Amino acid sequence: MIGLFSENLEIVNVGLTSFGDNIRKAGGRSLDLQWRPPADSDPEVGWKLATLINHPLVETANERAYQAYLSAQPVLEGVGIAGEELPGFNGRMILYSGPPISWEDMCGPVQGAIIGAILLEGWANDIKAARMLAKNGDVCFAPTHHHNAVGPMAGVISPSMPVWIVRNQEQGNRAYCNMNEGLGKVLRFGANGPDVIERLRWMTDVLGPVLKKVVEKLGGLELKPLMAQALHMGDEVHNRNVAASSLLLRKLIPTALEAGVSSADFAAVARFIADNDHFFLNLSMAACKAMLDAASGVPHSSMVTAMARNGVMFGIRLSGLGERWFTTRAPVVNGLYFPGYSLSDAAPDLGDSSITETAGLGGFAMAAAPAIVQFVGGTPHDAIAHSREMANITLGCNGAFTLPAFDFTATPAGIDVRRVVDTGIEPLINTGIAHKEAGIGQIGAGITSAPIACFNQAVAVLADELPSWFE
Amino acid sequence: MPILERFLANYYRDSVALMQLSARLSSQKGIEQAAAVMATEANIKLLHDTGLLEHKVEPRPNDLLIVIRGEDEGLKKAMGEAEFLLNTTDRHEDGEVAQKPPRSIDMAMREAPASNLALISTPGVYAAGEAMKALRLGLHVMMFSDNVSREQEKMLKNYARDHDLMVMGPDCGTAIINGIPLGFANVVHRGEIGLVAASGTGLQQVTCLIERLGKGISQAIGTGSHDLSQDIGGITMLQGIEALAADPETKIIVLVSKPPAPDVAERVLAAAARCGKPIVANFLGSETKDVQRNNVHAARTLEDAAHMAVALVNGATPKACQKSIGKTLVQREASKFSKGQKYIRGLYSGGTFCYEALVLLRDEIGSVYSSTPLQAELVLRDAWSSFQHTVIDLGDDIFTRGRPHPMIDQGLRNERIVSEAADPEVAVILLDVVLGYGSNDDPTAEMVPVIRTAQAEATNNGRYVSFVAQICGTNGDPQELSLQEARLREAGVVLAQSNAQAVYQAAAIASAAGQKSTQQSSKGKVR
Repeated sequence: MIGLFSENLEIVNVGLTSFGDNIRKAGGRSLDLQWRPPADSDPEVGWKLATLINHPLVETANERAYQAYLSAQPVLEGVGIAGEELPGFNGRMILYSGPPISWEDMCGPVQGAIIGAILLEGWANDIKAARMLAKNGDVCFAPTHHHNAVGPMAGVISPSMPVWIVRNQEQGNRAYCNMNEGLGKVLRFGANGPDVIERLRWMTDVLGPVLKKVVEKLGGLELKPLMAQALHMGDEVHNRNVAASSLLLRKLIPTALEAGVSSADFAAVARFIADNDHFFLNLSMAACKAMLDAASGVPHSSMVTAMARNGVMFGIRLSGLGERWFTTRAPVVNGLYFPGYSLSDAAPDLGDSSITETAGLGGFAMAAAPAIVQFVGGTPHDAIAHSREMANITLGCNGAFTLPAFDFTATPAGIDVRRVVDTGIEPLINTGIAHKEAGIGQIGAGITSAPIACFNQAVAVLADELPSWFE
Repeated sequence: MPILERFLANYYRDSVALMQLSARLSSQKGIEQAAAVMATEANIKLLHDTGLLEHKVEPRPNDLLIVIRGEDEGLKKAMGEAEFLLNTTDRHEDGEVAQKPPRSIDMAMREAPASNLALISTPGVYAAGEAMKALRLGLHVMMFSDNVSREQEKMLKNYARDHDLMVMGPDCGTAIINGIPLGFANVVHRGEIGLVAASGTGLQQVTCLIERLGKGISQAIGTGSHDLSQDIGGITMLQGIEALAADPETKIIVLVSKPPAPDVAERVLAAAARCGKPIVANFLGSETKDVQRNNVHAARTLEDAAHMAVALVNGATPKACQKSIGKTLVQREASKFSKGQKYIRGLYSGGTFCYEALVLLRDEIGSVYSSTPLQAELVLRDAWSSFQHTVIDLGDDIFTRGRPHPMIDQGLRNERIVSEAADPEVAVILLDVVLGYGSNDDPTAEMVPVIRTAQAEATNNGRYVSFVAQICGTNGDPQELSLQEARLREAGVVLAQSNAQAVYQAAAIASAAGQKSTQQSSKGKVR
């Protein structure tokens, strides 16, 4: 207190702004907060949050988790078959995106995609039989995240599907993602017609083996530099992947020619990739998953290591709370819709692709991709403002990913659940919008935010699990 | 419904920009559906699927295609709008991305890392959380907010003490730290007298009187109204004594509080006695012998506390103030009363002033009723209706529910002035006016017309009401003490230098009135 008497009084004014005005009139200094009740106005959670602020155990844990995330070096190591590569992925098992959910509760697109996967695997011969199989519990379902994997939209991965294998060279963990089918009627939006199944077969028979051979020949591909370059070319590597997909193809073509891949096969593969602006998305997601898994499991850390949606629930995981999910209802995305569709057709927010925002990309790197901000009627200035706003809820910035419009400063990264709950600033997510009925496909795109309710729950549990002896 | 379509050659636009344009066109009056797309094969198929295009169109991937369906008149307008939007640039003003104000203390600390005190005035249920965050980030705290649980207050204060920080409050209305008035506080010069006060208006009265006596304040620390309770144990007051004892600017320390819990008082006075600096303690309503210690001078009133502290600074012997009652004034006022006028009605905005009035009037005139009385049996049955001698604190929760504090909004008190003046048994209306930051911008401007009206009404009924007031303020205050005093004086209000003197004055006038009216022996109405 004596210290205070000999210092200049620097006030943080929390509440009535008139007090700040008075202090300034009297010649003092006051920084007035634009305060609103934290934790969505829940005083009990607000108090728990307070006990976590600047807590030495949390700060130390966050330092560890965040450094692990920063130092991670995701490398495209290979391409494999899901059933052979994914840990614990055995028998009649199908993975889906987001937090755990039972078959009955799944949204239309996820059920549609699962039926498609059952048909692809040949476990049933028609849609009706596939549905019975799913309903009767003859197929085991699990979230992708529980098997070190991620998948966009429905996120469905079945054993025969080809997957990207990304290895974090620094800590040695691996992450997996399925391959992007393109736009239109595709499995990830719940379509399961013959053309969809046929394309998936081709992906298993041709795309996967060709890419496997090419990646082997490449001897691994560092993903961070490629993503960083794409950020400088107008991508945010979530909802805009044009540059990254092109950069990837540029790496693949000469190597494929050198690797002696059949020219007919590679022509088909190259055409497939060239026609899909989002081809890189799944690799981006696997890279983000690999970086974030490196940060997970540090006791007491308040860093968010996953945000994912299953079309019904939105869920998050914290580094300090391991594999637990904190969930709430997934929001419906208010965005721009393709002609003929509107908000009433939309499925609630869906997919694991918000792993990119969790890793400081996507909505957090919005300043890199001003085109995206137009989904909500914004300008390049708004894009920069979005990235700047996200810096208020992160542990730091990731120097590996810089934003030209942000004066080449780094993307904000490492969401701190405390800061989300304290400020009420919800993480921004760029996302596609699926039709609520299976198989119709993408009907729009927009910008949404992670609902604060799951962050509140996580804060409460994190606070409850602090050792009481420590202070 | 008719459809209008137009190709714009070599007109590349990002699909997002086009979706935005489509949405904008679709929302126009008289438009059913609109699409702006690059005329690729896929997009044309999409338009066919949705029924917006009915005839065959050859793909022209580099051209922009706009298709609009709607009422005739709307169509052309919408198409014009589309072309206009496609050819304008920079719809938004160019400029820097605005820096938003911080949302949390943590954010503020990143913006201003040298911050050292958080002033918290949020609703009570959130205040403890904000205070704890501030403490954890190394800030001292002043909590203007009230309605914090004792348990949380204790946790906050313990945490602060263990981390060499201080929590002023909860329910701390005022403080002056390093010369900066915080919350409701008056503008005073800096000087050698330090205060630690558990009562807001108590702190204001003592600092203002010291200012008027030509001395200054080193620091005025508020503890909040619960600090000296058994539960909290005077943590902040003990810290404050220690801090002021170690502060080289502070020569004399004044303590102000309602009577603390007995063993808390003992602890505080013991700490005061050994702190090494002269102490003046005003524990309103306590017996002098219970407060007096070696090195600790007991002050009966707030006024005494200020005068004794100033005496100590001047190296003089501290003494209690005399009652300064103008006999002629009392006679003049009493002579104007008519039969039956005998009671005092104290209408206070400052809680401590009300309490001090109750304590002093007990000795001067006996039983005084209140919504917050000294003895339970003197409680008003209805706080909104006075009985015999009545003194009330209009800042009490009973009166402030759903409206601002009377120091800010005088509406309720003004109504009460009128109704008291209309009571034929009322002789004296006793008032306080509190100036300083936070208080009403110009309190007497509203009060004087009310007093004049009330007096005129009494005159019409053959009566006279004596108004007695003290203004707690300084000439440095935004409202200017001399200006406010002049207004009241002109309205015929008897002005006193302090609350205690105002009480003495009011008591003297009422007693004179009472002697006059007992000659006619009128009975009080039944409560």
